[in-house]
Amino acid sequence: MSADEELMREFLLESSENLNQLDRDFVALEQNPTDRVLLGAIFRSIHTIKGTSGFFAFVKLEKLTHVGETLLCRLRDGEMFNDSEITSALLAMVDGVRRILESIEATGTEGDEDHSSIIAELARICRERDGSIAAVPTPPVAPSPPVEASTSACAPSPESTSSTSSTSSSPVPKVFKSPPPAAADPTEVATEKLPVSPPAATPLAPQALVAQAPSGQSQAEQVNDAGVAKGPAVADSTIRVDVTLLDRVMNLVGELVLARNQIMQFGATSKDAGFVNASQRLNLLTTELQAGVMKTRMQPIGNVWNKFPRVVRDLAHACGKRVNLELDGIETELDRTIIEAIKDPLTHAVRNAVDHGVESPEKRKAAGKSEAGTVVLRAFHEGGQVNIEVSDDGGGLDVERIRARAIERGLVAADKAARMSDREVGHFIFHPGFSTAAKVTNVSGRGVGMDVVKTNIEKIGGTVDLSSRFGHSTTLKIKIPLTLAIIPALIVTCASLPEEPLAKGDGLSSEAAPTMNRFAIPQVNLLELVRLEGAQAKRGIERIHGTTVYRLRGHLLPLVFLSKALELKSAPSTNDLINIVVLQADDRQFGLVVDGILDTEEIVVKPLGKDLKGITSFAGATIMGDGRVALILDVLGIAQRANVVSAARERAMVDKNTQSQADADTKESLLLFRVGKSTRMAIPLSMVARLEEVAAIKVERAGGREVVQYRGAILPLIALSRELLHEQRIDTDEPLQVIVYSEQGRSVGFVVEQILDVVEERITVRNQTARDGVLGAVVVQGKVTDLLDVHGVIRRTDPSFFGRKDAA
Amino acid sequence: MAQTRQLCTFTLDNLLFGIEVMNVQEVIRFQEMTAVPLASPVVRGLINLRGQIVTAIDMRARLGLPDRTTGELAMNVVVCTADGIVSLLVDEIGDVVEVDEKTFERAPETMAAGFRELVPGIYKLDGPLLLLLDAERITNLGSGASRAKSEAA
Repeated sequence: MSADEELMREFLLESSENLNQLDRDFVALEQNPTDRVLLGAIFRSIHTIKGTSGFFAFVKLEKLTHVGETLLCRLRDGEMFNDSEITSALLAMVDGVRRILESIEATGTEGDEDHSSIIAELARICRERDGSIAAVPTPPVAPSPPVEASTSACAPSPESTSSTSSTSSSPVPKVFKSPPPAAADPTEVATEKLPVSPPAATPLAPQALVAQAPSGQSQAEQVNDAGVAKGPAVADSTIRVDVTLLDRVMNLVGELVLARNQIMQFGATSKDAGFVNASQRLNLLTTELQAGVMKTRMQPIGNVWNKFPRVVRDLAHACGKRVNLELDGIETELDRTIIEAIKDPLTHAVRNAVDHGVESPEKRKAAGKSEAGTVVLRAFHEGGQVNIEVSDDGGGLDVERIRARAIERGLVAADKAARMSDREVGHFIFHPGFSTAAKVTNVSGRGVGMDVVKTNIEKIGGTVDLSSRFGHSTTLKIKIPLTLAIIPALIVTCASLPEEPLAKGDGLSSEAAPTMNRFAIPQVNLLELVRLEGAQAKRGIERIHGTTVYRLRGHLLPLVFLSKALELKSAPSTNDLINIVVLQADDRQFGLVVDGILDTEEIVVKPLGKDLKGITSFAGATIMGDGRVALILDVLGIAQRANVVSAARERAMVDKNTQSQADADTKESLLLFRVGKSTRMAIPLSMVARLEEVAAIKVERAGGREVVQYRGAILPLIALSRELLHEQRIDTDEPLQVIVYSEQGRSVGFVVEQILDVVEERITVRNQTARDGVLGAVVVQGKVTDLLDVHGVIRRTDPSFFGRKDAA
Repeated sequence: MAQTRQLCTFTLDNLLFGIEVMNVQEVIRFQEMTAVPLASPVVRGLINLRGQIVTAIDMRARLGLPDRTTGELAMNVVVCTADGIVSLLVDEIGDVVEVDEKTFERAPETMAAGFRELVPGIYKLDGPLLLLLDAERITNLGSGASRAKSEAA
């Protein structure tokens, strides 16, 4: 039973490899329709599938491959000449075979799809082309002997397969041996296509025949011989290895490297020449072994590109375009996990290039280009990364149209859009749902293309860039790491005091000295490092209402303390040295304050156990050179935890809007005031109804709230220091400073500690601080100032304030 | 026809525990661990097991027993569960004992619920009682889950 399953698995694996090869061969064949070597290869692939399917009694599969084989047999023997109609029919057959194989893999059965139309089409071509060749005036290859030859070549196959095939495959040979029985669909198809196909075939026939007639038969034989001789040799030189086994070997080699490092340390101090020698040999061998094992996981990018000739061909046919595909750097190697990950995004990109990039032949002609467009895929290594470029010589990006569409969709304000560079505008195509296609085609235009490319590439730590010359070309540049398993990372430290209960437990921490925790930060997230020393450290960091920010070249950079983010019991810092790691999370930057920065290192990413997966702050773990484990920080997770980034995408959109609004109304008068002991805040002067001083004794309590009688009405008071800072107001006899805000006859008073100033300032809200009651921070008079969220604070203390207004 | 099973035994706070021997991958001495901030307090850290990163769970904390006194080094019992490999930190390793199913009895209802969840039953050996540990349930960190939830909130 298990032996059968094993055989079946082999069969499926082998067949899918065969099919991939077939796709490539067919497209190559179209370029060079009379290439007998290719035809021979295709024939053998199909023949192999057919033979094995007979063995497994997959009747449908056998039938389908059989007609295909018959047709191929004739092509190979030079009885027929290949053209795009035949290629399409054969490709349809390959697709049918693929679907059957998928079904077998999934369910163990062939599925109930009906392939009779494909079979009929292939049989019809077989039949008709016979005629077309017979009609050729000078038949260098007589039609009759090859028929014998072909049947003899093809004949063994039905019999050789299995007992079931003899009954099942019988209707098929009938179809092509005896002239058409009045089957409904083949004749219909035939009448439709007859006027087209013979002229396509006949002009080709004579010249090709003349060229190949003398050596035709012997060549075919040679090919066959060569194939037989070469086949087993190639098969023997490779074996299939389970990937998990490779991963395990890889792990062990990693460990061996660590053990080697330790031995080398002993070797360095040892006087024993024999030991030193042996350890040096160990060193060399381990390095070589490591390189070798790494190599086993690498695959050429050609494995993904294989299917593109077919994709491009089909798509170009569907769109009525002519597209040549050029592959450059097909041998560029990538880790197999990456190969998997880039498959879909690359397919998207290529489809896009054909459908949107390359124009129709008429348009191209009008623009003075050659009718056939070219899509170039290029891959190369550069700086420890793999670069992949997908470029087309098509129409390029219509920047103005994208700009207009972006404004229309509300992605950007019109005035802002006008100021954006073409390159920035080009990046709008990466927005989800963005499409400039006038109509949705079968292939693209739904607007789910480029954002998928971008997100998928970014998921594996890559970047996507786009450059375009309108009317000339578009190039999509993708940069991805060589491997997912090994990433460059910055190692940082963060000291922590052992917690009391822990200290008792693991015995290790009997000394009270703080432990240095090492963490790895993936280099992709890293922007820059900032080191503040001495006085700079004291002045550089500003605190606003519990949030710390640093002014990095005029921009506010929110700071996150790693020890706080991880709830480590941090050692009291001396504050004369501050290390800020500037990181990018989503589209937001923030600074991570760490105790120490060690070095960048290539680390091997290992997953965390299931019980720790819930902690979003860690992306995984790695083993450091000394054999100890270090955690890898998930920058986005940390950012979310520290509220630097909230609901990522929506936030980004809102931000763009508020920012463009803020840009629009450039200068505004602000009322500056102080809340609590030291927090500077501001509200637009236009929102202030009056400033009042209220004697403390006049404050009364009503309904659990502080109120004062004010101009014949009751004015509710909101103490901002308590509301925002949770500080109790110091009860003094001094009068209270109240800012009165009115809306539609209702008023509320904000109690602040001190009114500071009224300034006119260009406001650029940096919505970096996501806190209640604060809209964001602005720089006023060179100082960081919080902008009060008036509505937010009122709504929080009196939810009915705006509601009642509505009712009234 | 007495049915028997083999249990790998170890002690925790002077109690004798046993775990199905087939679940145990290996037993190793104390390993240096890397603490995991934000994790459940039951998770004592991560150890490097020949290139594989394994979570170490302090069984004393997991069972609600008092902490080890300073200076006592825990042993690692590496077990395979459906969720992967974890290391259980225990006091001392005992023998592999063969127990008779006839001596098995369900854990009394009076045991603390958290304890009883992990200890489905007791083997009445001639000497001390042998508490059977359910390896699969150990990694089911209720506290860890609630921690994750509070983090999300």
